[in-house]
Amino acid sequence: MKEIISIELYKVFRRPRTYIAFGAIAALIMVIQFGLKMDGQSYAGFLMKDINDTLTVDGNVLNGYLICYILLQLLLVHVPLLVALIAADMISGEANLGTLRLLFTTPYSRTQWVIGKFVAASIYTIVLLIWLAFLALFVSMWIFGTDDLFLMKSNYVVLIQEKDVLWRYVGAFVFASFSLLTVTSLGFLMSSIANNSIGPIVGTMSAIVFFTILSTLNIPLFSIIKPYLFTTHMNNWKEFFDIKVDENNEAIYGTILNIAKIKTSLIVLTLHIILFVTASVIITKRKDILS
Amino acid sequence: MYKKPTLLIKYGLLTILFFLNSNLQAQVDPLIERVSQKLGLVNDYVAEGVMKTDVSFIKASLGKVKVYFKKPNLLKVKKEGGISLLPKGGVSVTINSLLNTKQYIALPAGTQEYNGKTLRVIKLVPTDDKLDWVISTLWIDPTDALVYKTFTTTKENGSYEITMEYGSYANLGLPSKIIFAFNTKDYKLPNGITLEFGDEDPTSKQKALKNKKGRIEITYTNYVINKGVSNTMF
Amino acid sequence: MAVIQVQDLSKHFGTLKAVDQLSFSVNAGEVFGFLGQNGSGKSTTIRMLLSLIHPTSGHIELFGKSMEANRNVILEEVGAIIERPDLYPYLTAREHLQLFAKLRSKQINAARINETLSKVGLLERSKDKVQTFSLGMKQRLGIAIALVHNPSLIILDEPTNGLDPQGISDIRNLIKQLAQQEGKTVLVSSHLLSEIEQMATQIMIIHKGQKIAEGPIQKLLDPNKMVVQVKTTNDAQTLQVILSGSFSNYLLQRTDGIHLRMPDDEIPLLNASLVNAGVGLISVETRNSLEDYFLQVTSNSN
Repeated sequence: MKEIISIELYKVFRRPRTYIAFGAIAALIMVIQFGLKMDGQSYAGFLMKDINDTLTVDGNVLNGYLICYILLQLLLVHVPLLVALIAADMISGEANLGTLRLLFTTPYSRTQWVIGKFVAASIYTIVLLIWLAFLALFVSMWIFGTDDLFLMKSNYVVLIQEKDVLWRYVGAFVFASFSLLTVTSLGFLMSSIANNSIGPIVGTMSAIVFFTILSTLNIPLFSIIKPYLFTTHMNNWKEFFDIKVDENNEAIYGTILNIAKIKTSLIVLTLHIILFVTASVIITKRKDILS
Repeated sequence: MYKKPTLLIKYGLLTILFFLNSNLQAQVDPLIERVSQKLGLVNDYVAEGVMKTDVSFIKASLGKVKVYFKKPNLLKVKKEGGISLLPKGGVSVTINSLLNTKQYIALPAGTQEYNGKTLRVIKLVPTDDKLDWVISTLWIDPTDALVYKTFTTTKENGSYEITMEYGSYANLGLPSKIIFAFNTKDYKLPNGITLEFGDEDPTSKQKALKNKKGRIEITYTNYVINKGVSNTMF
Repeated sequence: MAVIQVQDLSKHFGTLKAVDQLSFSVNAGEVFGFLGQNGSGKSTTIRMLLSLIHPTSGHIELFGKSMEANRNVILEEVGAIIERPDLYPYLTAREHLQLFAKLRSKQINAARINETLSKVGLLERSKDKVQTFSLGMKQRLGIAIALVHNPSLIILDEPTNGLDPQGISDIRNLIKQLAQQEGKTVLVSSHLLSEIEQMATQIMIIHKGQKIAEGPIQKLLDPNKMVVQVKTTNDAQTLQVILSGSFSNYLLQRTDGIHLRMPDDEIPLLNASLVNAGVGLISVETRNSLEDYFLQVTSNSN
């Protein structure tokens, strides 16, 4: 199996298309960092307009930790497309190219090929996420410095001490990897059904958009299925940045408000990954390779 | 938020109260004088303390702070690393900054029981328009000339209630604990900005509706008094 | 020993019977020519042999082992090229062989890769990306991928596709060498009947999914029965003479002139009958080619 994984990784990273995602992420992040460096104070002022009426906020609010949070909020909605570019092409792209029949006449079972390709796609996803983490977190810390994380949510504000932030980002990125791997596995499933490249990529993105709309619409009819949709859980990396308070409304250092939500989301995402990959294996094993 | 009284009402009040209470001034001025004298012994200080923020829509932990003061009314609260939240304008309306200007008229307003003490209530009305406060009420213990509570209405930043507790630095009028209480506005950012879609946290919503007051407490652990403080700290 | 043993193999796509009850065997060391028109079921059969397509029914054994139960072990010893050569345009020729060499349990070193590239005439272009290759070069690379791990059984579907005459000749000689000198078994399908005729020891012809002929090529191309093409001044009168005489059974259904398949000792009798009937004889040509045989059996089958 490791031969398959190393070959697939070699093919992925030899292909020019792979680097589009890395370039796109770098460009997006740098543009946002540049914009916030030049004009971040007005953005921060807008976010804090309700607070500034009553309170004076002293300190480096627009620091690297907050910038990273803003970047993740924006990018983790769009990075799934970049993941799908590769994942949704892993099987159907080979079928389209005609090379799938070359691979399936080697002394490895189709199950081994599917699992090996999925592992390679997952490694690509993780590498992409590490690249995003490096640029969004460490480069932001270098450009904007660090301080407490002053998070302005929709209905309340969370002030997390500087020493209490970094481990939360580690947790958030680990969680984000599960979210992105769910997209990888969905793209993979689409790829196992089709024989061309574009269909699975478009299909994967359409599915994510569709389920995201169902997850975010507050219509009672959809509330039954919402807990089971992976898109409902994909953004729960944010739960790492909410903190418990005691009876005196004092934030408790090192705590997460709703750790159960994180655990539930991880379980749901993992189950989706297993389901999608298993379905890919079954479909690929049963299909006739006519391409 | 309390309505800011207009200048017209303020001057009218001044005139009426001056004529009605000119005799009483001779009686309450000594108390204010005693308080001022006590506070006047302090030219500057650097105090270490712990600050607690208790605002319904803010989750923050205790933070170590340093408070810098220099006569007559320079005051700065600095969090030791990290972001600090302070009531806007409220920090500047401490007793030192109120009394050190000497530009006010003191008007007696009776007495009131407070935490087992009988405190004199004195209202201060500023005589200089450039000051940023409109009226301030002080609750003073006549036995030790310590101010236990103030309620100040500012021109721009609403009203603040400040309560004080005293300990080992009572002889210099320096509190061991100071609590700023103020009214807060509703806090809300659109979901399109925060990208938070889906179910809102029900507990946060209840809290937001329940309590529109905020408190910031500073518990002082140490004062370094009259050792000199550079103006650059402010 | 039969290297390939196929029994009652069928594949249905809905109501279409692409392959219907096909049985054949290929022995070790043979060059087995697999012939059929477009859509006759050749590629479907080859894909079933390589487990790319699941048979509807029937049984396949390679090297005496059931394909269904021993697929991975069997495919270690099989090299194949199926239809056109589809490769990774962003990889070089050498990288292709290195990748596919990794997928084999046999140790395949750089010397073996060079040897294989040399055999197919691509050593000098080994560092070039495939996107710069012509169709013929891609075909050679596809063959190289099939050979790099020194398999015992080689399955080649249209191996000379896109090659120039020299290339075709080179591949023909390579196949003969693999079988005769290296003892490999080769199953080759091709439309170029003349090429099959020159290299195959056994052939099988399928038509509409069914086998219509199988056997050693020399036996099928019976030297005692030639294909005779008769050119005269009057085709209608010629046909009249043939159909009214004892030659009617020999007449082939051909659209490219009058052809008969007949014992060579009866050819003079045909000539005499035509002359006696006053038919102007232009030429009587005899042939015994695979193409003729192929056309004969497929038209009979229609």
